[in-house]
Parts: sequence; structure tokens; C-alpha cells
Amino acid sequence: MGGSNDTLNSMSDTLLAHDVVQRALGEALSRGGEFAEVFVEDRSTSSAMLDQQRVEELSSGRDRGAGIRVVVGETTGFAHTADLSEAGLLSAARAAATVAREGGGGVREVALGTLREHPSNAKILPHEVDKAKKIELLRFADDIARSQGSSITQVQVALGDSVRRFLVANSEGVFASDHQVRTRFNISCVASGDAGMQTGYRPVAGTRGFELLTMEAIEEAARGAAHQAITKLDARPAPSGDLPVVLAGGSGGILFHEACGHGLEADAILKNASVYAGKVGQQVASPLVTLVDDGTVTGEWGYLAIDDEGQPGARNVLIENGVLTDYMWDHLRARKSSRTSSGNGRRQSYQHLPMVRMTNTYLLEGDSDADEIVAQTPRGVYVAQLGGGQVNTATGDFVFGMTAAFLIEDGKITAPLRDCNLIGNGPEILQRVDAVATDFSMTPGTCGKDGQSVPVGTGQATMRLSGVTIGGTAA
Amino acid sequence: MSELMQRAERILDGAKGDEKIEVYLSKGVDTEIQAYQGEVENLSSASSSGIGVRILRDSSAGAQVGSAWAGSLDESALIEVLNEARDNARFATEDEFVAFAKPDGVAGTQLALSDALVLSTPLDEKIAMALELEKMVRTGDHRIRQVDAANYSDYVAEAAIVSSEGIRASYERSGAFVSVEAIATDGTTDQTGWGLSAGRSPRELDLSEAAHDAISRATRMLGAVKPASMKGTAVFDPRSTATLLSIIGGALSGEAVVYGRSFFANRIGENVASPLFTLIDDPTDPRHFAASVYDGEGLACRRNVLIQQGRLEAFVYDTVSARRAGTVSTGSAVRGGIAGSPSAGCRALQLAPGEFDQAEIFRRVGNGIFVESLTGVHSGVNPISGDFSVGITGLMIRDGQLAEPVREITVASTLQRMLLDVLYVGSDVEWLPGSAAGQSLAIGGVAVSGS
Repeated sequence: MGGSNDTLNSMSDTLLAHDVVQRALGEALSRGGEFAEVFVEDRSTSSAMLDQQRVEELSSGRDRGAGIRVVVGETTGFAHTADLSEAGLLSAARAAATVAREGGGGVREVALGTLREHPSNAKILPHEVDKAKKIELLRFADDIARSQGSSITQVQVALGDSVRRFLVANSEGVFASDHQVRTRFNISCVASGDAGMQTGYRPVAGTRGFELLTMEAIEEAARGAAHQAITKLDARPAPSGDLPVVLAGGSGGILFHEACGHGLEADAILKNASVYAGKVGQQVASPLVTLVDDGTVTGEWGYLAIDDEGQPGARNVLIENGVLTDYMWDHLRARKSSRTSSGNGRRQSYQHLPMVRMTNTYLLEGDSDADEIVAQTPRGVYVAQLGGGQVNTATGDFVFGMTAAFLIEDGKITAPLRDCNLIGNGPEILQRVDAVATDFSMTPGTCGKDGQSVPVGTGQATMRLSGVTIGGTAA
Repeated sequence: MSELMQRAERILDGAKGDEKIEVYLSKGVDTEIQAYQGEVENLSSASSSGIGVRILRDSSAGAQVGSAWAGSLDESALIEVLNEARDNARFATEDEFVAFAKPDGVAGTQLALSDALVLSTPLDEKIAMALELEKMVRTGDHRIRQVDAANYSDYVAEAAIVSSEGIRASYERSGAFVSVEAIATDGTTDQTGWGLSAGRSPRELDLSEAAHDAISRATRMLGAVKPASMKGTAVFDPRSTATLLSIIGGALSGEAVVYGRSFFANRIGENVASPLFTLIDDPTDPRHFAASVYDGEGLACRRNVLIQQGRLEAFVYDTVSARRAGTVSTGSAVRGGIAGSPSAGCRALQLAPGEFDQAEIFRRVGNGIFVESLTGVHSGVNPISGDFSVGITGLMIRDGQLAEPVREITVASTLQRMLLDVLYVGSDVEWLPGSAAGQSLAIGGVAVSGS
């Protein structure tokens, strides 16, 4: 829990003694499991919110516990507990082992080597920052946003941080720990005008300490959110139908996350529930598309030294010059396919089973000029910010929402547009990438899958799609 | 008195000086089973508990509140939580409207929300249900290529909310669910369909209904095309309507209203919807899965009529938003578990049933589009501006009947417009998990974007 020295001391200790972890693994395998894993986690979070210029409530939280899984044939048994005593762990291990119905007889010995530790690269730990200092930042952001125009009627500023330590050990000898520090700031503004209210939003987030939140970064976000809301007061309804779309650098990574990222996760592939199953080696996208999932981008929101199964984060090329090269893998799916994990096994917390998840997913830069791309688009839509999306991996149909967009007329960015969704089919849209620029940047986001949320990054340079269905109301 | 309640009361004794404490304790067990191709894919069982504490300090200019939580009921966690909440309170703005709920004399409606069968049903029977459901879907129609996941899950949860202001509320609830996603193929393309069944215990679950739902939703989408753009009438199926109602419920939160973040602000008494539209939030109705005796601050839940025949009647409030608005709580505090502080929200929405069933609505609409599923609700609906644009799959309605399936299209309008454009409310109420029940709903004048 933030602020207390006891917390700091306990956080720097080993989460669980070596021999206790070994005995828990042994117990988990005692009924004949083929694979067992113990995951111990200690997470402290804190948050503060300024709403209507009032500091509404500071909150702090602490979650500690262990998740144990046992794999027998095609079946995974899982149990979790907040009781980190040896008795608590052994009891969870027995619960997870109930899936091994035949009974293997006796406790199995598991020998673990030396713990592989991964210290955090955070410079300023969030819980060492004075709470008053955090509130000062919130107020600073609020002032900046409100000073952008009298039409700004609502400002909500939030700050959150988490310090997550985990230890993971398995029956194949993995024994590793990680220390992940994440800091997040976001600002939402409402502007009011004759035609109603409009909203603006900006996040600043990274796998970093409090050093992430410089005055410059906060000022830029606050200005950006306020201007977005003010600009949209004059927005006209978005068009309805197919048009070329230019996605500004950084904003469009979510497109690839939805259009193909989820469909390249090996759990969907092995269940033949993805339109990309069986397509390795095939041209699945325009030759301009080289897509990478990369857990090693230090400081980004989806960065990880090791994934939640102890596998080092890696840079994995998924699509190279339009050709599908590989999928993303976790331990279980890799094991079934007799290969190694790609470092994409992630879980929301010790209470969840790991599955295949993205980390930082981005499109490599091209060689076009961003301004030129707009200038060479006679009529279309320029999307300055996307707000999220959703995909059905089995059909490939996906949507993504634009939260800041403009018309392009005669090669120029003109009237602002109201919020709406764009819709497309992954394999078709990937073929329609017809220009990629050099102004690469990344955006933080939260990815939800089967009820679990994990932090991810997405990135790309300014790019154009030759046609996308725009879900507006204007003819 | 429950054991949890006794523990919660003991924590109140830890108050220092004249500070006030609110304690929220929760405890639960749950089971989750996934079946895949005739085998159990995952089996998890777990018990969890947690504590959320808020501490309030009165001061000359109002009150300050701070909060803290922990995912355990250990003594050490408890001490840490109290200290941290107390420290956090010092940094909150002194606010004359900040207060804890005080008992308001409204008695909780007695509801049977927990069924002992969840715990007494052997694990093997639950596993058998997941396997059976998977098999029913996989073998139920030759066009079903496979079942992505067939799930059984259940829980029993217990909670207590007590405070220095005299709040004493505790309850237990249980739930059991099966859900299944089918993938159908016509040889060239695939389509998916979801089926589910929910109850308070395994005996209330209807496997064949869930299986039939998944199969028919997946197979009737086969051959779906992208239609031309048009303007017309959309008939939302009950599940899609429930999603729509939850969004509208968000804009009826007194908190959104007092903060100027709702398009309903300052419109009480106005006709905001078609006269056919009567929207009620009623957690005391036991048919609703989200039914509850107490709200998130420990006040009795009650029936609140929000929109009556199109006229905006009321908003839902928790204690603080009510004080800001100069009124009293409607027993509508919701909180997202131990880590969440109370806020005002709808819990159990339902529309007053209309006159016609779905088939009759199709007949009366004549031509339009039937919306079977929505995607991109979080990215395409802005509850502040009211802008509405969602991806849908569904079927065309031609000459009063369902016709060809359609996909990769959006339906757009504004929430303000859609409420006024309601043409028919179905008589086909479906009680669904979540904060709203569903029924068929026909809305005119929507823009459909296709090719």
C-alpha cells in the first residue's frame, strides 16, 4: 500500500520462500499432473481523482495471493488463494490438482534453480511521491484545460499507479520474478455549446515510475483534451458509407490490434476460431504492412521483462511485407504445438489463468510523408484519435471508434466530425493499406479478452486505408 | 447476525476521534468450467474475500473522505487499510456535500437471492453440464463447425456494509450461468452465435435453450452480405435492447446529471422519449438477476420510475449526488466491488412491456433491419453528447418477415433522437444478467452504413 515503509520493505523481499514454492509444485503434481505452475503476486495500487476542481477521493489498494495451475492432458485445473501461508498454498495446489482424476501416487519432487530476478527500471517509485505532489499535478492539469476556453465546463483528471511484484515457478524449472511499475494519468474534458456537449480525452501512461509525468507531458495532454472537446462543438455528423481514411500517427495502432492482432493469438488459431488460421506464409496484407508485437519496448505501457509465465518478453514479427510470418504464443499453446512461447502469456492477476495476449503491437514505418498522404487524398476522413474497438476473430469483422476526426476535402483537413465507429473486415482492410508515413508514435490502451484486462501499447505512423465503412449519419 | 457483519462491526470500533468509518466486507466462492471438444479444458475453483474502507473527517468547510481496500480479511491487511484510508482522507477537498448514507427508514424488500444448491451440487454434475452443452451444440446441426467455448460458472457471494452512521446491511446472493459460442460454416465463410442461460442455481439453467440459441444465431447468419447504406427502422432484439437500456441508464445517473455530464440534465418534466417508452429501475423485482435488497451504501433498494410514457420523471441518486442536487438518495448507490467507491447508477432496468410480440413487430414494421448483436458499444456511443454509432450483425426485415442475413454494417443516430423515434416496445421481456432486462424494441430513422 502506497506511502508506508512496511510496504516497501515487504515488497523488496522474496515473495515466497524457495522451498515452499517447491513443495507447492510437488503437491500440485501429486495426483499425476504433467505440468504445474505457481504464480505469486503482490500488487499495490493508488489512485486520485480531481472532478469539478474537487479532490474527490484518494484510494489505495493491496492485493496479494497465489494462483496454481495443473495441466493433465487437455485439461487445466486452476485454484487461487489470498492465503500465502504454506498451508494455504498446499490447499490451493490440491484444489488445482483435482483435475488429475487418476491419481499419480505420492508427492513429486521439483527442483528449482536460482531465482531469475528482474528489477524495475522506474526511477521514482509512485508510492514514494508525496500525495500532495500528486494533487498539485491534478490541479495543474485542470487549470491548463480550463484556460483553453470558456466553453470547457467539466474537467476530470485522474492519476493512478501500480507496483506489481510477481514470482512464477513451474515444473519445467522456470523460477523468475518481475517488478513492474506502471503510472497513468488521464484527462477528460466536456465543452458545452449551442448544439450540446462534446468530449475530449488524453491519456499519458507507461511502464515507468512517476518520472513519466513531467509538467510538459501533462500540459500537452490537458491542452489536447480541451481542444478536442472545443473543436468538436462545431462538428457535423460523420458521413455514412465507404471513404478513404487517413489515420494520424499513433492513433491508428488499435486498427491492427483489432483487425488482425487478436486473430493472430495462438489460442484462437489452435481452436480454428480465427480467419488467420493456416495462413502462415501467405500474403494477408498489403506489402506496406510489417506488423510487430514487442514486449521489449522499455517504458511503453505494454512493456514486460518477463511475461506472467516467466518467459522473457520478445520482439515478434507477425506480418512481414504483407506476409504472415507467425502467431503469438503462451506456454500452454506453445507446448501443444511443440515450440517455445513467444513471451505473450499474460494474466490480469493471480486470480486469472494466463492466456495469449498482445504487448506493444505496432506497424513499422513506411517512407511516405504524412502531409503528402493527406494532400493526395481528394476526399476522405482524417482520424486524429481512435477510442477503442472490438473484433470477432472467427469472422474477422471488427469496429473501431473515432473520437477526433475531420473531413478531408481537396487534399485538406477541413470540418470536424462527430464521434462514430468505423467497421471493416480484418483480412480485407489489411489489403487496403496504401500509404504509410514516417511519423511513428505509440498510444497506451487497455485490452479486454474473456473478462481479463491487461495494459497494451499500439503504434503506427500516419497511414491511409483506401476505403473503410464510416458509421455516421450524413449522406 | 452473520459472521461477516460481526467482523465489520468490530472494525468500526477502530474509529479515532470523531472520524466516521464505512466498512464493506465481501466473501465468495466460485467455480468455472470450460468444455472443449468433449473434454474439460479448464476447471477453476476459488474462494476470495476483501475489505473496502472509507473514512470521513468532518471539518468546518465540509467533510473529507479517503478510501483503501485489500483483497483479504487478514488482521494485518485490515490495519493497513484503516491507516491508509485515514491518510488519504487528509488530501481530499473539504466538501459540504460529502457524507455517508444515514438510515432513512425504508425497509429492505425481502428477496430470496441465494440458492443453497450452488454449493450442494457436486462438481461432477457441473462438469457434466458443461460437457453436455458443448456436445449439444457441436452435434446439433451439421453446419456447426465447432464450439469455441462452452462454459459453466457459478458463485455464492456474501457482503456486509456497516458504518458509524448506523448503516447495518448484509446479504447473500448466488448465480449460475451457462454460455456457449458456436461457429457455423457454409464451406466458404464462418459465422458465430452466442447462447446463454442464467439463474440463481444450476437447476434453473436450461441447456437446450442456450444450445438452440447459439446454433440458430450462428446458422441463420450464414451467407451474410454487406447491404447498401440506407435510412430506416431498426428492430433491436432483447439482448441488444438491454445494452441500449444500460447506456441510457448511465445518462440517468444523478451523478452524471449534477456534474453536467448527461444529455438529460435540466430536462425533468420534458418529453424525452416516445409515449410508448416507460423505463423503471426496480431492484426489488426478484425476476431481475440484478435484484438486490440493499444498495452500495447499505440503504434499501427501491423502485424508481425514471421515464413515464416518454416524460422524464426522475434520476437515480446515491447520498452524495443527492445532496449536491438538493434531494435524497433513491437507494441507487452502486459500487464495483471492494475497490470501488459508491456512485449513483441504475441496477435493474426494465421497460414497461408493449402490446406486441417480436413477430407482430416485424409485421408492423414491414421493412427494416433486425439487430441481433452489437459491437463497439464502448467506442461508438458517447453518453455525454448522445452520439450513437455501433457495428451490428442481423437480418433484413422484408414484407414483415426476417429475410437475408447482413454483416459489416453500422447503425447510427443519437440517443436523444432514438428515444423519440421508438415505434414499438415488445411484450417479450427476457430477464438477462446485467443491469437491464431485454425486449424487442423498434426504432425509426436510423442510418445504416453499408456498401
